[in-house]
Amino acid sequence: MRFVDEFRDAEKARVLSARIAALCEPGRHYKFMEVCGGHTHTIYKHGLEDYLPETVSLVHGPGCPVCVIPMGRLDDAIAIAEQPDVIMTTFGDMMRVPGGRGSFYDANAAGADIRMVYSPLDSLKIARANPDKRVVFMAIGFETTAPSTAMTVLRAAAEKLDNFSIFCNHVTIIPAIKAILDSPDLRLDGFIGPGHVSTVIGCRPYEFIAREHGKPLVCAGFEPLDILQSVFMLMTQLAQRRCEVENQYARVVPWHGNPKALRVIGQTMALRPYFEWRGLGFIAQSALQVRDEYAAHDAERIFSVPGVRVADPKACQCGEVLKGVLKPWECKVFGTACTPETPIGTCMVSSEGACAAYYNFGRFTRDRVKEATRS
Amino acid sequence: MCLGIPGEIVEIMADREDFAMVSVAGVKRAVNIGLLTEDEIQLKAGDWILIHVGFALSRIDEAEAAHSIKMLEGMGQAYTDELIALAQSDLASDR
Amino acid sequence: MSTSDLGMPRQATWAEEAVREAEAESPHTRAEGLLAGSSIGREHKTREQQVLERIDRARARKPRVKEPRITLAHGAGGKATHNLIDAIFLEAFRNPELERMSDAAALTVGDTRLAFTTDSYVVSPLFFPGGDIGELAVNGTVNDLAVSGARPLVISAGFILEEGFPTDDLRRIVASMASAAAAAGVRIVTGDTKVVQRGKGDGCYINTAGIGVRERPVELDAANARPGDAILVSGPIGDHGITVMLARGELDIAADIVSDTAPLHEISAALLDAVPDTRLLRDATRGGVATILNEVAVVSRAAVVLDEAAVPVRPEVQGACELLGIDPLYVACEGRFVAVVPARDAEAALTALHRHPLGEGAAVVGRVVEDPPGLVLLKTTFGGTRIVDMLVGDPLPRIC
Repeated sequence: MRFVDEFRDAEKARVLSARIAALCEPGRHYKFMEVCGGHTHTIYKHGLEDYLPETVSLVHGPGCPVCVIPMGRLDDAIAIAEQPDVIMTTFGDMMRVPGGRGSFYDANAAGADIRMVYSPLDSLKIARANPDKRVVFMAIGFETTAPSTAMTVLRAAAEKLDNFSIFCNHVTIIPAIKAILDSPDLRLDGFIGPGHVSTVIGCRPYEFIAREHGKPLVCAGFEPLDILQSVFMLMTQLAQRRCEVENQYARVVPWHGNPKALRVIGQTMALRPYFEWRGLGFIAQSALQVRDEYAAHDAERIFSVPGVRVADPKACQCGEVLKGVLKPWECKVFGTACTPETPIGTCMVSSEGACAAYYNFGRFTRDRVKEATRS
Repeated sequence: MCLGIPGEIVEIMADREDFAMVSVAGVKRAVNIGLLTEDEIQLKAGDWILIHVGFALSRIDEAEAAHSIKMLEGMGQAYTDELIALAQSDLASDR
Repeated sequence: MSTSDLGMPRQATWAEEAVREAEAESPHTRAEGLLAGSSIGREHKTREQQVLERIDRARARKPRVKEPRITLAHGAGGKATHNLIDAIFLEAFRNPELERMSDAAALTVGDTRLAFTTDSYVVSPLFFPGGDIGELAVNGTVNDLAVSGARPLVISAGFILEEGFPTDDLRRIVASMASAAAAAGVRIVTGDTKVVQRGKGDGCYINTAGIGVRERPVELDAANARPGDAILVSGPIGDHGITVMLARGELDIAADIVSDTAPLHEISAALLDAVPDTRLLRDATRGGVATILNEVAVVSRAAVVLDEAAVPVRPEVQGACELLGIDPLYVACEGRFVAVVPARDAEAALTALHRHPLGEGAAVVGRVVEDPPGLVLLKTTFGGTRIVDMLVGDPLPRIC
């Protein structure tokens, strides 16, 4: 596949790996956070850490939209789905995520009609085909996904599809990064920036990270070479005592983002005063809700939403894992009470959560894996 | 966080506003290109875009992609040269 | 908007319970956690290793079905399915034949060595590129017998039809069953028909059972795999699963892929002729190649190392998988098997497979090694390594 295969080349990876090793200052440990769950997935899926020296570690950040949805919002969604004549639609990723009273799968087993869609537009199709039903799209995601939801709402409004609404759970990335930066127990040397969010917001919103917090950020693509090259660029900045926002993913990310995408978000959605993030608690101005003008398509106004709050289980240390303070396996319940089949914490839920990625792909000491795979 | 896959525009669909038929390794789907309609250059068949949940989020800049690859290749060449130089200097010091 | 979110939060009772249970089951967890920081009492064990051992213990626990209701995940062929089978069916029916959990039960009646199997088909849509539910129902049962080293003899056909189902569709399905049976050299010798009310079925479900005779002296068993063995697949993987997923139409994705449904009795016989020491054959249906290899690793107490670059996947299947965010290793095939053979026979096995039209795309994809027991490891195309676990849940499209 073009623009994919050439960025999975093992030969180039070996060169980058040697380059990164050459940049390591003796005795120094480097810690970079990849903000985005997609990066976490890439890192584990391709076994990228095999190319990094032991003194360079990657910390997995909070950028997995499925992981950060609090259990209460999921219970609210199920409460909507359980109302008469409702078809709820959602991305496949959400189906297994457990709320306080079970997952969408469980809700379906108990009689709800929750369907998986590939695109929010597919929900419109379902709404057109079922005029006597109320179709609610469970909207999740960062700025990458919000424009698609916004376009869908605009389309529904234009078509006067009154039986279509969204349950808006869109979140924004910058407040989450700020929460990480403000965490006192964190020591990071730089950030691998979320490439696909940046296609929408561009690279400028990250400038404060370099300017005010003194941490370099490289906006990175999603193939393994992209991430490796981003680590190299971060190491180069550190070696040259620079601290900037750089764009490794220029083939996809324009420095100024996608103005039309930003405009449609602004047209249909407004910032919420605060929103609860699983594992991170309430963060001010970190999520989006449907604007008054589109109230007819806002599930929170159409349905009585219980507004459930469910406490993160006490033993769960997701907050620390999300902030990079703990490694996944350092959590008390990792792999025993909390596994991908029965996830308790946010990070074990989606295949992009740090714990799930580690459990599924990396659950073994590197030495033994290397030994076993030596040909 | 957000799965985005490169795809090639096969045709701009005349019968559906803001849609293009896109191919990912021969797998085809109609993708909404409404988020790219304000770009200076009009999208056309043969262009590559990044697809996310059925929408084109961004046009792929082929020159930038080629530049990235070239840089990585250059790095490899420079590295090989260094290795050769290193090997030669090792040989030199052994003597 | 509700303001109750400022009130006292609820507890996720199930989660708190799961934590309590896990602690009760492995009471050392806490002490370990305390000791782990220092190295007191532990010789040369890093904390990470201890945690990994703790996970091993948790994984070795007796499976249980905690869900109060059956969900679709219980039918997806991954961990939930295994738990259901182990905890509910095996527990109630336990006997030596069933305990082997193979594709077909190995029975001996007098001097005759038989293989007996059953399978139900609920595929939607009923007709898809490259086949239909009828062909699938015959081939599936033929294949379960074939990969057990048996020559398929006779099969049964049970139909559950929905009120209102078009008779012409039934005729089409039955005709393709008849021709599939003829192609596989089996006769459909008994059957059953039930009709359920409209809305209570997807038009047509089929159950088939089959009997085959094990004429060869081979014992195919996952437990036979041992370090050094080579692992082969008989052709490109994932065609069937992706074809059906796309044929449902919900994803609006089109591709020139057809199901790989095919009878494997000839090609498996060809392999067993060429390599009588074949350790095991398994058809890679639900859960895909990854699930089978996990079973091999667990049962044989060895590790499986796969080479991603060697795994044959058609570009369209790869493209659809990338687009949907799923891994072809977990996608079902209906006409492909996984074979484990002694290393010295790998070439002979490959040659035998390549000679058969269904095996043109066969490849050696990995090998069995000693350590770490019970795990499947993947050498990625990128040159890294990772674990390939049992499928959890359904292979659902992923946006993120």
